[in-house]
Amino acid sequence: MSEVKNKEKVEISAQEHASREYEAGFVSDIEADTLPPGLNEDVVRHISAMKEEPEWLLNWRLEAFRHWQTMTEPHWAHVSYPPIDYQAVSYYSAPKSMKDGPKSLDEVDPKLLETYAKLGIPLREQEWLAGVAVDAVFDSVSVATTFKGKLKDAGVIFCPISEAVRDYPELVQKYLGTVVPAGDNYFAALNSAVFTDGSFVYIPKGVRCPMELSTYFRINAMNTGQFERTLIIADERSYVSYLEGCTAPQRDENQLHAAVVELVAMDDAQIKYSTVQNWYPGDENGIGGIYNFVTKRADCRGHRAKVSWTQVETGSAITWKYPSCVLRGDHSVGEFYSVALTKMCQQADTGTKMIHIGKNTRSTIVSKGISAGRGNQSYRGLVKIGKDADNARNYTQCDSLLIGDKSGAHTFPYVEVKNATATMEHEATTSKIGEDQLFYCQSRGISEEDAVNMIVNGFCKDVFNELPMEFAVEANRLMEVSLEGAVG
Amino acid sequence: MIKIENLHVSVGGKEILKGINLEIGDGEVHAIMGPNGSGKSTLSNVIAGRDGYEVTQGSITYKGKDLLEMRPEERAWEGIFLAFQYPVEIPGVNNTYLLKAGVNARRKHQGEQELDAMEFMQLVKEKAKLVELDQSFLSRGVNEGFSGGEKKRNEIFQMAVLEPSLALLDETDSGLDIDALRIVAKGVNTLRAANRSIVMVTHYQRLLDYIKPDVVHVLADGQILKSGDASLALELEERGYDWVRAEAHV
Ligand SMILES: Nc1ncnc2c1ncn2[C@@H]1O[C@H](COP(=O)(O)OP(=O)(O)OP(=O)(O)O)[C@@H](O)[C@H]1O
Ligand SMILES: [Mg+2]
Repeated sequence: MSEVKNKEKVEISAQEHASREYEAGFVSDIEADTLPPGLNEDVVRHISAMKEEPEWLLNWRLEAFRHWQTMTEPHWAHVSYPPIDYQAVSYYSAPKSMKDGPKSLDEVDPKLLETYAKLGIPLREQEWLAGVAVDAVFDSVSVATTFKGKLKDAGVIFCPISEAVRDYPELVQKYLGTVVPAGDNYFAALNSAVFTDGSFVYIPKGVRCPMELSTYFRINAMNTGQFERTLIIADERSYVSYLEGCTAPQRDENQLHAAVVELVAMDDAQIKYSTVQNWYPGDENGIGGIYNFVTKRADCRGHRAKVSWTQVETGSAITWKYPSCVLRGDHSVGEFYSVALTKMCQQADTGTKMIHIGKNTRSTIVSKGISAGRGNQSYRGLVKIGKDADNARNYTQCDSLLIGDKSGAHTFPYVEVKNATATMEHEATTSKIGEDQLFYCQSRGISEEDAVNMIVNGFCKDVFNELPMEFAVEANRLMEVSLEGAVG
Repeated sequence: MIKIENLHVSVGGKEILKGINLEIGDGEVHAIMGPNGSGKSTLSNVIAGRDGYEVTQGSITYKGKDLLEMRPEERAWEGIFLAFQYPVEIPGVNNTYLLKAGVNARRKHQGEQELDAMEFMQLVKEKAKLVELDQSFLSRGVNEGFSGGEKKRNEIFQMAVLEPSLALLDETDSGLDIDALRIVAKGVNTLRAANRSIVMVTHYQRLLDYIKPDVVHVLADGQILKSGDASLALELEERGYDWVRAEAHV
């Protein structure tokens, strides 16, 4: 087993007071234990050992790793980037002071808390107005989970997945990899081999989770990949609303983020999963930024189960992401609401898959893409109606808004229908922010920049309306910050 | 209020306005009539500051300032308002929200306290009554799915909220039904004030029955060929524009 070498001190970036273009682009001065770059079985074993994992999990990881070695990186997405050197990435980085794990927030490195304060995340319970419980993942380790007590009273389990492996091994073993199998795709296999942390949620039968659950992910250390794994199980008749937020510091080299999210909804259960993703997008010349290769899938395993994915994606240099729903239970419902903004040299290939298996299943897809600068994005959606999925219905609406004349938008809707009773509706539009719309606003006393924000937010409204209240405000603001300088 | 001198304007290299001279005093109501394509909307757009119009000669002085130097929103802050001939739809942007942003941007510019949501709602409701605009339009997207006449009524509602010093109404009467025309005209009349000038672009004498202009101008061939009092409109209604042209070009 290899030793933890590199006890490097992450330097303070010159861009500490990062430019407004990317408000979250600071680097925290925190001592970190970081594995040297490279990936082999020893690294996988090391990660597993660091986390004191049971043998079944180590074996599961090793199997995933061996499978990954036989696979090749997929290149069908409408994005381009130089080859990724997987041996140049470090697969584990933990803030040093976390080694023994904080028992309470008071034991958390104040620098870490400061980082979250800068991000505008109020971590301390007393600062919570909205009643959101947070699991914060910093580089690879979960830092603190707030509101544990109140959740525990309701019987809700919300903790870092590494803790769940230790405290609720039977639950983890029962569900892990059942929605996204270890060998599902190249990035999912990589994640299965080396995932470091992430959140675990279990909502027991009949329980309505008393508050929004929320995880903030942040990549801080240099040359580290982030491979978090989230597993949410909503048992019969339960309900949970979950939000993840993501930021990363501003760095010149690209960083890899390959997460896996698995959702399981049993009979009459509902999961609402919202993402506000603001990973560093790189600079205006396309230098730096996060490569965001994420596999998100929900399994509506029970009858009348319902899962909604809502995402607001403004960050990352490259996004490759298709939150999907497998509608297995009869009368189950899948929804996908997405806003993706690409500007400068950002590329996004995103969309969803709705797999109708059960009878009377319904799915709704609303995708809003905004491209500015040289931003380029594709919507890629698959709606599949299985042969037993009687009376399945899908509604797809796919709108693109272009700003400037160097940006691009593409739509790739795929449909596979094996049952003649299916009802499919598809609407697609591409529009530009009109000079007439801008002038109209200006003639009412609104500056051009504010007018663009207003029009873009109006364009996104159907999706923002799906976000929990407090995050809808955040999303609005994020769009404004992201659009700064994107026009003109 | 505003003084336009020898204004020449080209669009896409083609000269549309060929030496406009026009002066409007405080509190005056002027009507501009003229054939299709003669440049009436062009003139309104140039005053409001729309992009794409090249002023090749001449000047516009507004409240003693060089208007052509100002951005469109600055002109709005200074009290210029254009009721569009073809109001544009802005999906998803709340009608009231747009107005609130406009009003508060202007108040900020003038160093006044911004209105809060409550104060603004009160103002808006009051003004909606003035043009008998149903409350449901307040919360809809800007002109989104409005009928032609509803859009026009919404423009005058906006004028009432923004309380401009110089309002340009570009064919606000076109598309309004008989009752709506009466209601909108009543609204405009209520807004007449000693410190507010109004320019109405129209094709029809009917509007002028409701809103009596101080001066009527004929804009044709890129110039103001004739000006007169309200009776000129009646004469135009009867005789058309050719005689004005003939008279002007001898
Ligand atoms: N963007 C443009 N490109 C080319 N020509 C233009 C453009 N905008 C206006 N024009 C031309 O300028 C002329 C004047 O147009 P304008 O809209 O000002 O006329 P108008 O007097 O308002 O007519 P109407 O009574 O039909 O509303 C027309 O011939 C029109 O085709
Ligand atoms: Mg016109």
